[in-house]
Amino acid sequence: MLSSEDQEIDPMVEEELAPSDLEDAVDEPDRILPAIEFRDVHLSFDDNKILDGVSFIVRKGETKLILGRSGGGKSTTIRLILGLLKPDSGQILIDGENITDYTEEQMAPVRHKIGMVFQEGALFDSLSVYDNVAYRLHEMRVDEAEVEREVRRMLHFVDLEDSIDMMPDELSGGMRRRVGIARALVGDPAIVLFDEPTAGLDPPTARTICELAIKLRDLQDVSSIFVTHEMNNVAYLASEYATVNEDGQVIFEKEGEKLCLINTEVIMFRDGRIIFSGSDESLRSSPDTYIQRFINGK
Amino acid sequence: MNPFTKFLSELQEVSLLIWRAVTAIFSRPRYFGETVRQMDLIGVGSLPIVLLTGFFTGGVLVLQTFPTLEYYSIQNEAGRSVATSLIRELGPVLAALMVSGRIGSAISAELGSMVVSQQIDAMRALGTDPIRKLVLPRLAALVFMLPLLTVAADIFGLIGGGVVASSLYNQDTSVFITSVRNGITTEDLIGGIIKPLFFGLIMGSVACHKGLSTSGGTAGVGRSVTNAVVTASIWVIVFDFFLSKALQIVLDIKRI
Repeated sequence: MLSSEDQEIDPMVEEELAPSDLEDAVDEPDRILPAIEFRDVHLSFDDNKILDGVSFIVRKGETKLILGRSGGGKSTTIRLILGLLKPDSGQILIDGENITDYTEEQMAPVRHKIGMVFQEGALFDSLSVYDNVAYRLHEMRVDEAEVEREVRRMLHFVDLEDSIDMMPDELSGGMRRRVGIARALVGDPAIVLFDEPTAGLDPPTARTICELAIKLRDLQDVSSIFVTHEMNNVAYLASEYATVNEDGQVIFEKEGEKLCLINTEVIMFRDGRIIFSGSDESLRSSPDTYIQRFINGK
Repeated sequence: MNPFTKFLSELQEVSLLIWRAVTAIFSRPRYFGETVRQMDLIGVGSLPIVLLTGFFTGGVLVLQTFPTLEYYSIQNEAGRSVATSLIRELGPVLAALMVSGRIGSAISAELGSMVVSQQIDAMRALGTDPIRKLVLPRLAALVFMLPLLTVAADIFGLIGGGVVASSLYNQDTSVFITSVRNGITTEDLIGGIIKPLFFGLIMGSVACHKGLSTSGGTAGVGRSVTNAVVTASIWVIVFDFFLSKALQIVLDIKRI
């Protein structure tokens, strides 16, 4: 979702729908529903407050970058979206469906709409790359020929076709994350959650992971949450977009003076609360000392 | 949390785990392939250590009791003594303890590693219930295979006892076999099969619970493994006492 208008997004109105959303909504009424919505979510473990009144929305086709220091509630947020944890209070909606009190059985169809990329990949050690990527399809008893076609398509997307028969312990850290991305994308989920997928990776590999997230956003209209604490990721994801050139190749371009990305926003957590919500430009110009220290790595 | 509350809380969690595994039997998906793989791992894989343990336990029973029996001139009852001890008590308990050491630790380590490397979360995120996929096949395999392993341990224990009686004390093999046949009752055999069914359930559920509740990284996995083996072994021995008493009443086992 690209806008040719050069606009400054006010954090206070970031929950409102963009004009292009309303245009899309005419053709596709479902687009007006947020892909993910948190309404005043609270969660504590014993006396430790993890989330304290968290509210935000992720629109269809939007990428929300969640920033914050370790232990700030970032990963907990995406575990709540998957129903791996339940909030103490508040509501969580996926595609307008309130999943807050869903049982494991009720969560199953919701989880089919969501792909999750874990921090270290979380590949199944005993399964090959092929079987890891094919896991969801094997569980659904899909015909093997179709499984193989889908697995190869996904491995092609992450550029790991040659590793199809390897075991997870033979892969590098970056390759494990990419296989994790391929596994998360099987079934073409409308929502993809990234839990610090670039943590501990070298800059070129981290860049590759970000490019995959950009491709998903711009070429496949996937809604996503990208949890990170690295400002490099923010720079890539909030200022570059993917497009297809005349030769049919995917290229990445930077937003310019006449083209501003409006489908990527940043929220920052501090001690379980959202202390910032808005564009990356607003984040960088924020007068908040905590934010400035975070941006400058202090 | 005081130790008693902690114990009750853990008991509740293990009971819930068993309940969820049992209810999962009645709906799809079912993982027969995984269950058979676990049966092979638990049953066939544990056979050598169980047979070895059974053989030498039977042998040492005869070694220790024969001189006493000989003192009272009832050495012809050595077979009965070994058979009763093995089939009623030592076979089920020793097989359970050996399998607990080997399989209980393996289950808790495997599940614990999957927890700390987020594989369990990944499994749930991909729409699979870990209770169905991981816990139920292991519980089913243990409940099914432990009685078979116990029977194998009993048989090899009797063989071990017979070998020691004939080779060290020059007792005629036919005397030993006759004594064994006179000593074993149907109630003993039924009791000897029922016990490992419960022991398998206890060991499996404790190991799975400890594995799935692992926290604290790789050090936590080590703690889970130790806790699983120690807790399962203690529960087996404590439960054995009450189960033995219950079987005595139910099966009306009164004679020696």
